[in-house]
Amino acid sequence: MPEKETKKRRDFLFTATYAVGAVGVGAVVWPMIDQMNPDASVKALASTEVDVSTVNPGNTITVLWRGKPVFIRRRTQDEIAEAKSVSMKELKHPEKDEDRAKNPEWLVMLGVCTHLGCVPLDQKGDYNGWFCPCHGSHYDISGRIRKGPAPTNMEIPEYKFVDANTIKIG
Amino acid sequence: MSEHEYTPKSKVGKWFNDRLPLLTLANHLTDYPTPKNLNYWWTFGGILTFCLITQIVTGLVLAMHYIAHADMAFESVEHIMRDVNYGWLIRYIHANGASMFFLAVYIHIFRSLFYGSYKSPREIIWIIGIIIYLLMMAAAFLGYVLPWGQMSFWGATVITNLFSAIPLVGEGIVTWLWGGYSVDNPTLTRFFTLHYLIPFLILGLVVLHIWALHVPGNNNPIGIDIKKPSKDTVPFHPYIVIKDGFALLMFMIVFAFFVFYTPNILGHADNYIEANPLVTPAHIVPEWYLLPFYAILRSVPDKLLGVIAMLSAILILAALPWLDTSKIRSAVFRPLYKQFYWILVADVLILGYVGAMPAEGLYLLIARVATAYYFLHFLVVLPVLGFKERTMPVPLSITEPILGGSPNLATVKNKDGLKNQ
Repeated sequence: MPEKETKKRRDFLFTATYAVGAVGVGAVVWPMIDQMNPDASVKALASTEVDVSTVNPGNTITVLWRGKPVFIRRRTQDEIAEAKSVSMKELKHPEKDEDRAKNPEWLVMLGVCTHLGCVPLDQKGDYNGWFCPCHGSHYDISGRIRKGPAPTNMEIPEYKFVDANTIKIG
Repeated sequence: MSEHEYTPKSKVGKWFNDRLPLLTLANHLTDYPTPKNLNYWWTFGGILTFCLITQIVTGLVLAMHYIAHADMAFESVEHIMRDVNYGWLIRYIHANGASMFFLAVYIHIFRSLFYGSYKSPREIIWIIGIIIYLLMMAAAFLGYVLPWGQMSFWGATVITNLFSAIPLVGEGIVTWLWGGYSVDNPTLTRFFTLHYLIPFLILGLVVLHIWALHVPGNNNPIGIDIKKPSKDTVPFHPYIVIKDGFALLMFMIVFAFFVFYTPNILGHADNYIEANPLVTPAHIVPEWYLLPFYAILRSVPDKLLGVIAMLSAILILAALPWLDTSKIRSAVFRPLYKQFYWILVADVLILGYVGAMPAEGLYLLIARVATAYYFLHFLVVLPVLGFKERTMPVPLSITEPILGGSPNLATVKNKDGLKNQ
């Protein structure tokens, strides 16, 4: 066989071997990586129902959902008015209060600072909302970031009112 | 490896050595020619080896009693402290041992910075050292999570959340690291596994670190290349062994002081409260040895840029052999570098101090200035200094200023082969 042709055949064989080898290594490595992702038992705890009948206006309760705190605040009329009055231009992460609290009386959000995951303190900070003690992020009464290193507003989880007194989170 | 051939004296020794040259290796290590002018700053390599072995041995024993489960970890640590025979001693040695390890490694690193030990031909030793330092930080962080106190839990939350700063895949990576939607039992079990693994990785790298050191040999306080073996060297054993041993004893006094008299002074009281995912402690601070980097993280108002700045502050060290353009190693002969060196030391200490303070007002301003200076030192001062600085004349050998007649610099200057201007 001429040398050129042998070389071509060799190149093809090498490439094919590497390709099959890479697929094989990938097939073995992926289960090793994916085993660290949330397992079935963790995923099974994906929703929680909360009775909010005892929460008075101006109070916040904290419940645990997927291992994280969820703040449920029953806001006063003043607080709602304050949250709605904020101009979008003042916000680092512009979101209307109507979009964050479908029922303006109830603010349901993840009580996790979007900076590095600490739990902010209730009714603290420069905007009468929440204040994160770890690195000094200030949130307003709608849970929107106003000052400090956090990049976004506190997250609103999926939730719905099952009846007038029960909220289902997740 | 060895400069001379070695033959074991006994017949059995020769038979064994022909098949596995362990005795040649032992001979290389004992006869290894070492610069005769090494000062006590050079004893921290041996001290660090001692620290690593102490951590491995005490850690191994603690693992016999510790339970890596979110419901039991906190209690099992208290069980070690109260019930296990000498458990309090072993745990206090391990916990304070981490701080002693970092104390020694910082002295070791700053010794390299002063005497230019990272420069050619020792770049690989230096880079392996930086990797060891990174692994040490990982091991310390993972270990701090294991007692499952409030600081453990929230430290783990904050540090793992650093990865969420990565665009697009950040959140996915954090969930993957946690094995859930928050720091919880799956996080604890994997952290325990990795905490157990890393010291052995460090051990392997230490072997490479020493191997790479034994190729060019030790740097020395005047930073010149020396002939080995020669009048400028002494054998490692017994000269350096005794010196290292004495320094180690002094170091162990400091170590014992912490273990027996103030075992909790370097920790946080909050970590004696069991982890609670609903309440963040009012003031979260990492362990003292991570404070300068924590200050850098907090001094940048943007999340992603803050994380990048913090990581760069460590990784920039790996590029140091190329950022420092000066051919002269030792700061002894670099009058300007010597001043900048001490400014850097002060800068890092200031960063450490403001890292422990709340990130607001004057502290924040100081942190920002100190962070800027830190990067300025490596990216501007060092490269420029190599070209601008008028260095002092370097002696030709360690013995030359004494045995070669007058230590007068002018005499030395006239000798041939002087590299500096």
